[in-house]
Amino acid sequence: MRIKGKGLIDRSRSIPFMFDGVRYSGFEGDTLASALLANGVRLMGRSFKYHRPRGVLTAGSEEPNALVTVGSGASQEPNVRATVQEIYAGLEACSQNRWPSLNFDLLAANDLAAPFLGAGFYYKTFMWPKSFWEKVYEPIIRRAAGLGALSGQDNVDKYERAWAFCDLLVIGAGPAGLMAALVAGRAGADVILADEGSRMGGRLLAETYEIDGKPGHVWVDEVQAELEAMDNVRLMTRTSVAGVYDQGTYAALERVHHHDGRHPHGAPLETFWRIVAKRSVLAAGALERPVAFRDNDRPGIMTAGAVRAYLNRWGVSAGKNVTVFGNTDDIHRTARDLLAAGVHVAAVIDSRHDAPLSDDYPVLRGAQVCGSSGRKGLEAITVRRPSGEERIQTDCLAMTGGWNPSVHLTCHMNGRPTWRRDIAAFVPTPGAVPGMVPAGACNGSFSTAACLREGIAAAGEALADLGVKLPEVAVPEAEDTPYEIAQLWAVPGKGRAWLDFQNDVTVKDVKQAAVENFRSVEHMKRYTTQGMATDQGKNSNVAALAVLADATGRGISETGTTTFRPPYAPVSIAAIAAGAEGRGFRPQRFTTSHKASVARGAPMIEAGLWYRPSYFPKPGETTWRQSCDREVRMVREAVGVCDVSTLGKIDIQGPDAGAFLDFVYTNMFSTLKVGRVRYGLMLREDGYVMDDGTTARLGQHHYLMTTTTAAAGDVMKHLEFVHQGLRPELDVCFASVTEQWAQFAVAGPKSRDLLNGLLEKPLSDEEWPFMACGPVKVLGVEGRLFRISFSGEHAYEIAVPARYGASLFDILAERAEALGGGPYGMEALNVLRIEKGHITHAEIHGRTTAFDIGMGRMVSQKKDCIGKTMSERPGLEEEGREQLVGLKPVGESKQLLAGAHLYNEGAEPTRVNDQGYVTSVCYSPTLGHMIGLGFLADGPERHGETVKMVDGLRGVTTLCKVVDPVFFDPEGGRVRG
Amino acid sequence: MDKLIAKNPCEGLLPLTIGSVTLTEEEPGVMTALAPYKGKEKDLSAALKAAHGMAYPAPNRATGKAGSRAVWFGHGQAMLMGPAPDASLAEHATVVDQSDAWAVVWIEGEGVEDVLARLVPVDLRPAHFKRGHTVRSLLFHMTASITRVGDRAFQIMVFRSMAETLVHDLKTAMEGVAARG
Amino acid sequence: MRITCPYCGERDRREFYYRGAATDLDRPAPDAGEEAWENFVFLRENPAGVTRDLWYHEGGCGAWVVVTRNTVTHEVLETRLASEARS
Repeated sequence: MRIKGKGLIDRSRSIPFMFDGVRYSGFEGDTLASALLANGVRLMGRSFKYHRPRGVLTAGSEEPNALVTVGSGASQEPNVRATVQEIYAGLEACSQNRWPSLNFDLLAANDLAAPFLGAGFYYKTFMWPKSFWEKVYEPIIRRAAGLGALSGQDNVDKYERAWAFCDLLVIGAGPAGLMAALVAGRAGADVILADEGSRMGGRLLAETYEIDGKPGHVWVDEVQAELEAMDNVRLMTRTSVAGVYDQGTYAALERVHHHDGRHPHGAPLETFWRIVAKRSVLAAGALERPVAFRDNDRPGIMTAGAVRAYLNRWGVSAGKNVTVFGNTDDIHRTARDLLAAGVHVAAVIDSRHDAPLSDDYPVLRGAQVCGSSGRKGLEAITVRRPSGEERIQTDCLAMTGGWNPSVHLTCHMNGRPTWRRDIAAFVPTPGAVPGMVPAGACNGSFSTAACLREGIAAAGEALADLGVKLPEVAVPEAEDTPYEIAQLWAVPGKGRAWLDFQNDVTVKDVKQAAVENFRSVEHMKRYTTQGMATDQGKNSNVAALAVLADATGRGISETGTTTFRPPYAPVSIAAIAAGAEGRGFRPQRFTTSHKASVARGAPMIEAGLWYRPSYFPKPGETTWRQSCDREVRMVREAVGVCDVSTLGKIDIQGPDAGAFLDFVYTNMFSTLKVGRVRYGLMLREDGYVMDDGTTARLGQHHYLMTTTTAAAGDVMKHLEFVHQGLRPELDVCFASVTEQWAQFAVAGPKSRDLLNGLLEKPLSDEEWPFMACGPVKVLGVEGRLFRISFSGEHAYEIAVPARYGASLFDILAERAEALGGGPYGMEALNVLRIEKGHITHAEIHGRTTAFDIGMGRMVSQKKDCIGKTMSERPGLEEEGREQLVGLKPVGESKQLLAGAHLYNEGAEPTRVNDQGYVTSVCYSPTLGHMIGLGFLADGPERHGETVKMVDGLRGVTTLCKVVDPVFFDPEGGRVRG
Repeated sequence: MDKLIAKNPCEGLLPLTIGSVTLTEEEPGVMTALAPYKGKEKDLSAALKAAHGMAYPAPNRATGKAGSRAVWFGHGQAMLMGPAPDASLAEHATVVDQSDAWAVVWIEGEGVEDVLARLVPVDLRPAHFKRGHTVRSLLFHMTASITRVGDRAFQIMVFRSMAETLVHDLKTAMEGVAARG
Repeated sequence: MRITCPYCGERDRREFYYRGAATDLDRPAPDAGEEAWENFVFLRENPAGVTRDLWYHEGGCGAWVVVTRNTVTHEVLETRLASEARS
């Protein structure tokens, strides 16, 4: 029911919206909850477990009942709090957790079964038969209990992440927060003021308080205008600070477009902020707690603060004939506000025996509400007085059990709040978060004047550390009513009295937990599920533990609270991960030949962040194997071209470059001649192989190291560690030049012919023997040439500055084609190297030593190196170690599979009989059968033996002959020829 | 006779204007990584001044001006951008050609700091990050070099191979900022 | 979490790669014996309190940094360049 003349809504702007398919209208400034109440809609949801009809309980982000689904299809958003959702033209919201409709919910039958559904019911009820849990019980429970549903479609909305920095973060823009921001802003500090509401002011918008003789909201507008004019202050509305992390990092969720339903191109629905603040003021306010009494969950029963907020901020009376119940003076304020607005107040039920009386409304002192009645909405309450019980007709009960300071953020870094008996509430423990100062209601100071005072003081305290001095500020005039409370948690009596509305946890459930010895508050929480829903117990925690304290005969302070963890309010995963979906998942690295490879139809495969061509299909080729086999033959018989730019290239220079390389490689590099390349092996300090590659000596103090594509980053990190951490005395510098050079392997008997057309001087074996390197001119451009080979053929790698990469690839590919060759991809590259027994990270997978891969002699005995000492451990060189071998099928099955295990021919394929495993396999078009590399116990001594390969997963057994890992051209004549 | 044709890292991707912010590719000229030998930082700085008119930059700073800059590039390293390095530098430092290794872009306009705040975990607002300041940091998932080159202008460098991701990430952030109006 | 890089100043933790205990800097001589090497490669303290560990400013300047921090309070007490930490 809308009250004339009340509220901060814009009545000139009527806004249509839909709820459960019915069209309503509200005003600019309304939330969905206020607009529905104005339209007389009280029933907004069904409870989690019992499907009890529920209306709105609060007016803020802590709302446990009025959760709705907004929108439909891909952008459907479940569990939106109607108290937070602002209305806009075209808003479509639906109630949740009901079938077939909110009004008639078949699962409300659960409520009748309530005696069987108490705390821990599923631990007890669904024990037998065991198999029924997964198949029957769990699906039924999941269907019956729950909140809203996701659409199941990809989210089409855009989310965003951003960083912000400030000296002072003020959390909450009520009187304390506004005052803190104002004085800090005037002092010139770099301030961010964040508030979860659509409008700044906090409780000042919901009450009829005056500040300096002006209505509270007018004062708010004035302060806000002053703050907006300051360059050093940033105001963030609709922004909930949700988490506090180490060294002054705060997480905040900004709801950018939920309130208007607009989707301008590129606009985020939400922005997830990481705010780095040197200091912060917590001015998060307080949350009002309900009182537990029988059937206190009927639509129409809500917190007194919410009733005042709907009246004063939104001009809506939550009822026509209101009763008020509680234990502080807030109930009288509620009655006065309602009466002033012309709403009938049937009775004020004050649990305190010394409650103030009034001439304007009946006050029942020392009385308690002990029950309610009404179908789908409140119709009457039962009041218990020393003289007996009486029934009072009412359509709205405003209740208060006192206020809980919002201490949550002070607990995110393991702080525990302190119990204050005088206000019957927990307050922040000083110093709980380094650099954070609480002020106002969240600090247990509830009067407006106290909030304003503490806001100034907190800003002063926070900024003093930063050397910022605050200007003298007069504290504005405001009410300074003392807070007097008589503890009231649960009204004794039969029936179910709700503590946690969202998770349907009653006083009885908590008591039962205590009886069953779940006496720790953390155990009680898990057993009853109290505090585990989207409101995270904001409405119920303190009352629940008060009931537990009573049931276990302990004090509240001794009982303690459960742990408050981030986020304070729900944060969508989409916002936390914003931008990291699709192409934003990780950077894509493209070689200079990428476009040309794609144009030739090559499927691109990921190699770390890089994309590399798998194979280059020719017309008529229908499988990858056909292309791959052709490319292998092409390299063996003519010439192939392959982009190898993705391999890590590290430029190493300095007077101590040679000494440094001797220390990181197992073999010697200081003795390498200028103009020559050497294969090197790197170990980890534990003696296992880390990476391999070739290193060229380009000058006296100048080397160029090549790493594998996969390990490039790790090797750079390793080199920097060894230099900075272990050998800082060495004068040596590294620079990654991976991106500077586009490098192509040109491999095959006709490789020299191909290159001779591009280079200034023709190549000769005398000047360019195997493992030679040096500068060359490539079509007039300064480049580098390395005579190295991964394929086992006469081959080169040619490098030019990356700007010429695309162009050089095209030229190389075309010329190779003219010679009967062409470009080849990763599949062929892999076959070529397996045929030659060359290892990759399939073999140096982190559990193999130089000894295992047959390179034990590469660990130089003339010097120390990383990993050398540990590589000499007896266990790493003893008999029985699995060592590198080649495998070829000799039996009926011709199939080899990587990952399969090896057994002696007659042995059962069991773990104890395991002899080794297969790491790399391929079909060799050169040899005409499959070949494989693997590790076999004492392998090098077993060449010629037959072993059994068993792939248990794919059910393949193949007899293999153990052979030398170099299948093709073992003498190496071709690379030198 | 075939001829090698040069291509820029961001070819076909830029320029781009969204809202008040413009993203363009910069052609920085020669780029040379300079890493002073042990104890040679002062000598290198003197040689740089003599040959190119700018000092070796302190950490987080860039020296020189548009077209001829030395940008601090991390632990023991600076990037000389613009002129071909004078031979005298090699006496005091390792000199590595990096002209082709980096995609270099300029991002400029009203709200450019808001765009970068969506990607870079460092405070780049004018009061804290002035002209001549530079950082090595992250741009979303990529390591980057970011230098303020004007009141509302930054130079951003990432590995050449990541040019497409750079433009993708900046474009997304530019759209988000522009949509706020 | 934020770590102060000796070169770059205070930065978010995401710019850093974590390696482990700073004892990695105390590499024994090759002939120091099995026990010293086993300690160096495999054994680590797991203190509730002050600890020293190695972080690499990978998303920044490339410096290896020794961070002294408290695992209980999460305070970062000191940061130094690894290249200078042993002297």
